Amino acid sequence: MSAPAPVVREPAEAGRAPGIGARLGWMFSDTLVLTRRNLIKYVRIPESLFFSSVQPVMFVLLFRYVFGGAIRTPGVSYVNYLIPGIFVQTMAFGAVNTSIGLAEDLQKGIIERFRALPMARSSVLAARTLADLLRNVVVAVLIAAVGFAVGFRIQTNVLAFLAGVGLILVFAYALSWGFAVIGLFAPNSETAQVMSFPVLFPLTFASSAFVPVQSMPSWLRGFANHQPVSVVVDAARALMVGGPTTSLVWQSVAWSVGIVLVLAPLAVHRYRLST
Amino acid sequence: MAYAIEAHELAKRFKGGVVALDGVSFAVEPGTVFGLLGPNGAGKTTVVRILTTILGADSGWAQVLGHDVGHDPDLVRRLFGLAGQYAAVDENLTGRENLVMVGRLNHLTRRDAGVRAFELLEEFELVDAADRTLKTYSGGMRRRIDLAAALVTRPGVLFLDEPTTGLDPQSRAGLWAVIENLVGAGTTVLLTTQYLEEADRLASRVAVVDHGRVISQGTPAELKAALGATVLAVGLHDAATAERAERALAPLSDKSPHLSGASVELPVDGGPKVAMEALRVLDQLGIEPVTFVLREPSLDDVFLALTGRSAEQDAAPTSAGLPAPERAGRNGEARR
Repeated sequence: MSAPAPVVREPAEAGRAPGIGARLGWMFSDTLVLTRRNLIKYVRIPESLFFSSVQPVMFVLLFRYVFGGAIRTPGVSYVNYLIPGIFVQTMAFGAVNTSIGLAEDLQKGIIERFRALPMARSSVLAARTLADLLRNVVVAVLIAAVGFAVGFRIQTNVLAFLAGVGLILVFAYALSWGFAVIGLFAPNSETAQVMSFPVLFPLTFASSAFVPVQSMPSWLRGFANHQPVSVVVDAARALMVGGPTTSLVWQSVAWSVGIVLVLAPLAVHRYRLST
Repeated sequence: MAYAIEAHELAKRFKGGVVALDGVSFAVEPGTVFGLLGPNGAGKTTVVRILTTILGADSGWAQVLGHDVGHDPDLVRRLFGLAGQYAAVDENLTGRENLVMVGRLNHLTRRDAGVRAFELLEEFELVDAADRTLKTYSGGMRRRIDLAAALVTRPGVLFLDEPTTGLDPQSRAGLWAVIENLVGAGTTVLLTTQYLEEADRLASRVAVVDHGRVISQGTPAELKAALGATVLAVGLHDAATAERAERALAPLSDKSPHLSGASVELPVDGGPKVAMEALRVLDQLGIEPVTFVLREPSLDDVFLALTGRSAEQDAAPTSAGLPAPERAGRNGEARR
């Protein structure tokens, strides 16, 4: 091995505190650097590619062709009913990546290394959630393509459809903060996944994503009607295939903002504590 | 003179009352290697985590290049490099991507980060592997890229937390050469290790850490001198004979002999003279040694003398108020 020739020096920055402008600039640049790192991982790990792309396609095919025939959706064809729900379900499932990714980074010690670097503290969580948002944009394009291929048609207009997708992306981003909390509490990535699903399953399946809530037993209907996934699905469905939108859209925005306001500080707090 | 690294009465207690550090103090002169030596769980890594601002101390203070790690963590983080026990680089990124990422997170420009990454890849002979993900790297290559990542900003102070643990001898020797070169160029290194040979080879001063305390401190030579000039190691046919030999040899030195299995080790001052005396005593008892060696003491002997246990085999629990059972008596302790 050859000898590195180090030069001892005091870094130019040492000794003076950086201004607020420089700090914000670095926070932004640190977040982008780490976001890129997180996205590279998604591309290079086959399992993660599978969960991101193959799984949603399977769900579309399963509900469109296997279960769909048995589900009555008055006033709308099942494929048009289904696709907005699939969007929400897939992105909610995708938010588990946030908890898995964080737990894994903690477990492998790379977050320890980040803590010893002169980078912005907040950028680890910001980059994780941003990477998962970008990942979801790609997944959204995929689901749209598969949806159109199996017969989904926009009943309103393209702008409303895109607004619906945007609404779901915002909701998925909010969920990422919730799953970040789980990831920061979990001892390892496997446990993070196991801890995430008991939250995820009732939210996605006891909702209006796949079947009309009216078909559920009355004790379940109260939860299913008012929980955030149903609200977001109903709002997105109204935007994509028609129906009254205003109230639902505001409700789902309120849910997303509320989730971030409550869970993001909790995640940041937990991140500061976890060493 | 100003120290490059200074720790004063550092204490840290973890949840559940486990005492990790119980008043650790030491100072490192610029341009030297300081070794923190001790078994697993002694508190070495906790010291490094406090010095590198990852963890806050409950009490005490520490400085790196004159800056307090608790008060000025942002500034301190720009002064040192850290390479960990578990190479904390991203295995899904290539070697080059890792180095560029660390450079960017140290706020180098994209161009500077790229140039520096290339320099380090050359210096550490990783150019051929530069664009492969770390998953394909061997253990030695991972340590090298981890060390390279710690050197991205050419820090004046380098923390190496068990840099060679788990490495094969050849990779270890290679890393030692790199560390010696860094020190030759003026870098101050704080190194933790459980390998006594490593501290002996690299460090100009050593603090022996056990159960969260510094139990001895000095140059490797001083530590050995405190123990005795040489060690007389006698191998016998069986454990019973070894016990008889131990009793017979004990009066020959003011240090205690150590018995383990069928061998006895005795730190002595007299060297050859004591050896002759020892052979005479054994001969009188009709004991015939299988092996009979007079050797230089190692740091392992130092640790054994200080704690009654061998450092290399021990994974001591760091529990508050619960002395490890081995502390009770040294004669029952197996040496190897």
